[in-house]
Amino acid sequence: MAEREELSPKPPLVIRVTDVGKRYRLGEMGGRTLQHELQTWWARRQGKQDPNRRLGDDRAIGEEFWALRNVSLEVRRGERVGIVGVNGAGKSTLLKLLCRITAPTEGRIELWGRVSSMLEVGTGFHREMTGRENIYMNGAILGMTGAQIDERMEQIVEFSEVGQFLDTPVKRYSSGMFVKLAFAVAAHLTSEIMIMDEVLAVGDVAFQRKCIDRMRSAAEDEGRTVLYVSHNMDTIRRLCDRCVVLDAGRVVYDGDVSKGIATYMNNGLGLGTTDVDLAALSHSGLSRGTGVRMERVVLDGKADTTFDAGEDLRLRLWARVERPVRNVCLRVTLRSETDVGLASTWSDPLDLENAGEHELAFCVPLDGLRKGVLYVSLGMYRVDEVGRRLTLDHVSHALRIELAGVALWNLRAYGYMELPKIQVI
Amino acid sequence: MQRNDYVLIDSHVGAFDLRLGELWRYRELVWLLTRRSFVVTYKQTILGPLWLVVSPLLTSMAYVILFGRIAGLSTEGVPQLLFYLLGTAAWTCFAACVGRCATTFVDNAGVFSKVWFPRLAAPVSTVLGAFVRLAIQLVLVLVLIAWYAVHGVVAPRWELWPLVPLAVLQLGLLGMGCGIVVSSATTRYRDLAVLVDFGVTLWMYATPVVYPLSQVPDALRAIVLANPATAPVEWLRMALLGVGGVPVAALAWSWAVTLAVVLLGVAVFNRVERTFVDTV
Repeated sequence: MAEREELSPKPPLVIRVTDVGKRYRLGEMGGRTLQHELQTWWARRQGKQDPNRRLGDDRAIGEEFWALRNVSLEVRRGERVGIVGVNGAGKSTLLKLLCRITAPTEGRIELWGRVSSMLEVGTGFHREMTGRENIYMNGAILGMTGAQIDERMEQIVEFSEVGQFLDTPVKRYSSGMFVKLAFAVAAHLTSEIMIMDEVLAVGDVAFQRKCIDRMRSAAEDEGRTVLYVSHNMDTIRRLCDRCVVLDAGRVVYDGDVSKGIATYMNNGLGLGTTDVDLAALSHSGLSRGTGVRMERVVLDGKADTTFDAGEDLRLRLWARVERPVRNVCLRVTLRSETDVGLASTWSDPLDLENAGEHELAFCVPLDGLRKGVLYVSLGMYRVDEVGRRLTLDHVSHALRIELAGVALWNLRAYGYMELPKIQVI
Repeated sequence: MQRNDYVLIDSHVGAFDLRLGELWRYRELVWLLTRRSFVVTYKQTILGPLWLVVSPLLTSMAYVILFGRIAGLSTEGVPQLLFYLLGTAAWTCFAACVGRCATTFVDNAGVFSKVWFPRLAAPVSTVLGAFVRLAIQLVLVLVLIAWYAVHGVVAPRWELWPLVPLAVLQLGLLGMGCGIVVSSATTRYRDLAVLVDFGVTLWMYATPVVYPLSQVPDALRAIVLANPATAPVEWLRMALLGVGGVPVAALAWSWAVTLAVVLLGVAVFNRVERTFVDTV
């Protein structure tokens, strides 16, 4: 299989994903006791509510959904691929399939090389064992021999900065040390493919930078391939030379990094739109089957998306409801151009008494925000008896607005917001 | 790039694609997992691995009183302590294989959902761990045998000793086979795990552990012989203590069942392993 590719001048293939799909069943009965299943079955037979169903979860049990469908992807040696997408777009599922943690429902995946993965910091680490023992353990998980690990030991220890604690059980490590050791191990073990999921969210900034540099050099100098998932567009931009955008389980963009990030951030909507067809945008995976769907949002009374200082964000939202829901609250979240969450606000609970289409008008004061391009995410939640917010529907980056800004406001230096005046005391 | 690094993950696999080659490439991991279970178990304990010898000794003493003195069961002339000690050690090994393999998925859910390695490495290392424990206990048994042999109380059949590992291997395979079948089922029904402990205890009484096969009444003999765990236990006793033994047909039957269970277990295990993470 491998030889065919080596004839071409391009670097050889290391990953080939062909028409892969992964199906999950909502609320699938698994890992429960037989007693629970009998209860559920009895309740359903009697037409009563299932005693074992999660409270407030109105989704139909047994409903299937495809976390990924018809995904095809080829990655060549030395590429640094960033994978972006909203929550529920299928990023993590794709990584899990590539790491062989779960098997695809359809299609095939071919890998040429060993995969070292970090889907979570320090998996496979045992708290009672020392740092050194854990390094051997992780190496063995990759199929390395003791001798091969010995060769790398020095590099790992140096990178991790935990040298003097190497023979201490890792349960005595601080969380920072733990992360450093875990990353050092994953980054230095012999593997042709490195898969990282949001791992850099932990750890200090200096170490984050070091990790990114390390992944870059692993790709550039050692010809290893990096797959990296993050919500932090800055790290994607710094690390990757290719970007794959996933949306609702499909690849919607594959190519240049800045275009990829723009595609993701704009959620496919044209710039300057004041009337957005939400039905055409991707909704969060959590909102499948809840019976509530936001369909359209309009910037009320605006001809364009530019806002003056002191102007409020007035929105008109149309939502379709399949059955009456009480205690619904709206959420508006503002995000920066680099997809950093800036601020959120919620409405008081309201009741949607009738099934059908509802039109909601609301106003978000933008006091304090001074300048910059902002993405608006919209969410609808149901507040349950104990005050938890359960997602009914959510659309990331539904709108893009621009604050023209006050004169002399230096966005790079001051940020997006002006806080109330300093009180001299 | 080396050819042996090629991996194909297909949505369809054959039922009997056992993928044992993969397991062999990960032998280092199997060994480390075995080692780890020891290190972790005996860290922060006072007696440490000494427990391995103390607990079967105490159990055997209890059996001496219970089955030897009170119930008056025969041990075919073998000193009671030695008879029960060997039985207990062998059965503890088997029970550990069944019990711990049965919880493979539940115990490893955290690791399995985050990293990949051949999942069979977990039950196989469990079995190896049980073997190591048994080996340590057998040292104690050998000391007793040597003592009694010198005094002419027991007459081991030395010529059969090379076959002892085979009997132990069979116990391990049978235990692992049963264990992984159950573990595959426990991903759906957790209460099966409760049944296992209970079932293994009952199974012990259906196996000549605290009594010799020769004392089983004829009416029940066929049932005890149909039990695949009987042959290896009796076989161990025959080789080490010079008493007992099973007919060749029973031995063949026992091996056939063992191999069938292991094959079925691995096939089912490999099937469940692929998507087990989705149901936790």
